[in-house]
Amino acid sequence: MSDKVLMKGNEALAESAIRAGCRFFFGYPITPQTELAAYMAKRMPKENGTYLQAESEIAAINMVYGASAAGARAMTSSSSPGISLKAEGISYLAGADLPSVIINVQRGGPGLGGIQPSQSDYWQATRATGHGDFHVIVLAPSTVQEMADYVYDAFDLADKYRTPVMVLADGMLGQMMEPLVLPERKTSLPEKPWAATGHRHQRAHNVVNSLHLQPEDLEVTNIERFERYEVIKATEQRAETYLTEDADIVLVAFGACARIARSAVSKARAEGIKAGLIRPITLWPFPVDTIERCVDTARAFLTVEMNMGQMVDDVRLAVNGRKPVEFFGRAGGIIPTPLETLARVEALAEKVGAAAPENVGGAN
Amino acid sequence: METIFERPHALSDPQFSYCPGCTHGIIHRLVAETLDELGIEGTTVGIAPVGCSVLAYDFFACDMVQAAHGRAPAVATGLKRVMPDNVVFAYQGDGDLASIGMAETVHAATRGEKITVIFVNNAIYGMTGGQMAPTSLPNQVTQTSPYGRDVNTAGFPIRVCELLSTLDGVALAQRVSVDSPKNVRAAKKAIKKAFEYQIEGVGYTIIEVVSTCPTNWGLSPTDALQWLRDNMLPYYPLGVYKDVKAEGFANIAEAASAKAACLAEGGAR
Ligand SMILES: Cc1ncc(C[n+]2csc(CCOP(=O)(O)OP(=O)(O)O)c2C)c(N)n1
Ligand code: SF4
Repeated sequence: MSDKVLMKGNEALAESAIRAGCRFFFGYPITPQTELAAYMAKRMPKENGTYLQAESEIAAINMVYGASAAGARAMTSSSSPGISLKAEGISYLAGADLPSVIINVQRGGPGLGGIQPSQSDYWQATRATGHGDFHVIVLAPSTVQEMADYVYDAFDLADKYRTPVMVLADGMLGQMMEPLVLPERKTSLPEKPWAATGHRHQRAHNVVNSLHLQPEDLEVTNIERFERYEVIKATEQRAETYLTEDADIVLVAFGACARIARSAVSKARAEGIKAGLIRPITLWPFPVDTIERCVDTARAFLTVEMNMGQMVDDVRLAVNGRKPVEFFGRAGGIIPTPLETLARVEALAEKVGAAAPENVGGAN
Repeated sequence: METIFERPHALSDPQFSYCPGCTHGIIHRLVAETLDELGIEGTTVGIAPVGCSVLAYDFFACDMVQAAHGRAPAVATGLKRVMPDNVVFAYQGDGDLASIGMAETVHAATRGEKITVIFVNNAIYGMTGGQMAPTSLPNQVTQTSPYGRDVNTAGFPIRVCELLSTLDGVALAQRVSVDSPKNVRAAKKAIKKAFEYQIEGVGYTIIEVVSTCPTNWGLSPTDALQWLRDNMLPYYPLGVYKDVKAEGFANIAEAASAKAACLAEGGAR
C-alpha cells in the first residue's frame, strides 16, 4: 500500500532512509538540513534505531565509519561547511570500502558563506570529497519525491558497490514541501560477511582498514577500486531528458536548477526556439552517454547552475569541443529565474543561428 | 611436558613491529591475556589507532577496525551502538588520543560510551619520529621542542586521567605503568577490570599506561625505564582516578545522580 504524504524535503530524506533499513544516524546541526536530524531524533527511538548528535561533523562521519564497519546501514547528513569537515572520514570510508550514505543539503560558500540554496559543492562532490584516488556515487534529486527515492536507492548502491554514496541536494529542496509517495519498507538487507562483528571462532578475524604500507599493495587496491568504478560508469549513469530529440539548444541542469531550466525550455519552445533539457541524476558517474546522444543534433549546450560554473566542466569534457558549451549561473544563494535563463537561451540561439524566424514565432 | 607459559590465543602470529624494548608489546600482551581469560576474543572488536600501534589489527586475533588519527572514540561509538552486546576497545597513543582526538575522547567519555580505551602515554610521538606530544614533559627535548618544551610557548602537558575523571560518563579511569613486574601485574588487573566493567555496562573505561619510547627518547631500553620512573611518574602519578563501583555505585547513571544530589545540597564535590 502506498502512503501519499505532504512532507519537507529534509524529512522525506529521513523517512525514506528509515524505510531503506537505516537504523543509525549520526549528525551535527547546520542550516538548511536540520529538520532531517530533528526528524531522526523523533523517529529512530520508535524504530529501535539510534539517533546520535555527535560533537562535530568529524565525529559524526567516523561514527558512520564504525557503524558501517559493523555491517549496519548508517547515514550522516550536513550542509556545505560540515561536508568539508567530513572529507577525512569520507576518504577513509572509501579506502576501507565501507558502504554508507552522506547527505549534503548545500548552501552557498566558500567559507561560512550563507544559508541560502546553492550548488557550489559540485566540484567537491564529484572531484574531491577527500584526499586520495577515489570517487563516491553522487545522486542529485530535483523534487521532494526524488529526495525520498534517491536516498532509498543510495543505500542499495552503497551496499552493491561497497562505496560511500552522496545525495547532493540543496537548501531549496530541503526546505520545500511537496506531496510524495513514500517507498515500501525494506524487509531484508544484504549479508555483509566482511563486517567486524566478532568472529565467534567461526571464521578468520576480519579487518576493516585503509592502510597499505607497501606501495604495490596500495596500487593494487586502487586499481581494483577503479575497475569497480568502470562497472559503475557502465551501469549506473542516470539522466532524464526533456524535448532533446530535435533540440538545437540543449540545456543541462541538475537538482532544483533543472526545474527552472525546464520552464525556460517550455518558454523557448513557445517562442519557436527548439530547446531541450538534460537533467543529470547521477553527477558521478556523469551521464556522458546521454550527452553523447545529443551532440550530433544540438547546435549548442547551456548549463544552468547555482554556482560560478562547475558542472559545465563535465559537459565540456563530454562534448569534447564538438559544439559550443556555455554556462549561466547565479551564486551566493541566488536562484536563477526562468526568465533570465530564457534570455540566455535566446541569446545563444541567436549566436548559433537557431533563433526562430521573426514571423514564425509561437510554434506549439 | 606441561606448558606453563604460552602466547595468548588472542595475539596473532605476526612479529610485532615495535622497536626493541618498547613497552607497546607488553601492553598488547596484557590486553590479549584479558581477552583470553574473559573468553571474549570472539565477541570483541578492537580499534587500531594511527601511531606506532597502527598495525594492531594484525596483532590481535579478534575482529579489528583501523581508524583515522584520533577518531577511534567516534568509530568505537558507531561500532558499540550497532553491537551493544559485543566488547569494543580502542588502543590509542597520546598524540592520537590527547591531541587530534581530544574532542572525540572527551565526548565519548562524557556520553559514557560503554567502551574500553587503552591509552598508551609515552610522552612523545613515536611513529612520526619523536615530535612533541600533548603529554611531553616540561623541558623535554623532542624533535619539535629542540630546546626543551617551554611551557610559556608550548603550554603544559595534559594529564588525561585527571581530566577525564571529572566527567560523569566515566566509570573507571586508572593510570598504570609497565616498567616493573609488579607494575605489569597491576596493569593487567586494571585492564581486566576495565573490560569487566564494559561487559557489565558500568560506563566508559580508560586505562592509561605510562609507556616508553626508547628510540625517540634516545635511550637504551633499561635507561628508558629509569627515565620513565624518574620523570614521568612524578608528573603522571599512578593510581585510580575514578572508579564508580569502588565508590559503591553500580554504574555511571547512579554515580552521576548521587553527585547531582550532593551538589544540589551544596555538598563539596
Ligand atoms: C590526520 C593525520 N595527521 C597526522 C598524521 C601523522 N601521524 C602519524 S602517527 C602520529 C603521532 C602518533 O603519536 P602517538 O599517538 O603518541 O603514538 P605513538 O606513535 O607514540 O605510539 C602522527 C601525527 C596522520 N597519520 N594523520
Ligand atoms: S618509535 Fe617508540 S613507541 Fe614506536 S615502536 Fe619504537 S620505541 Fe615504541
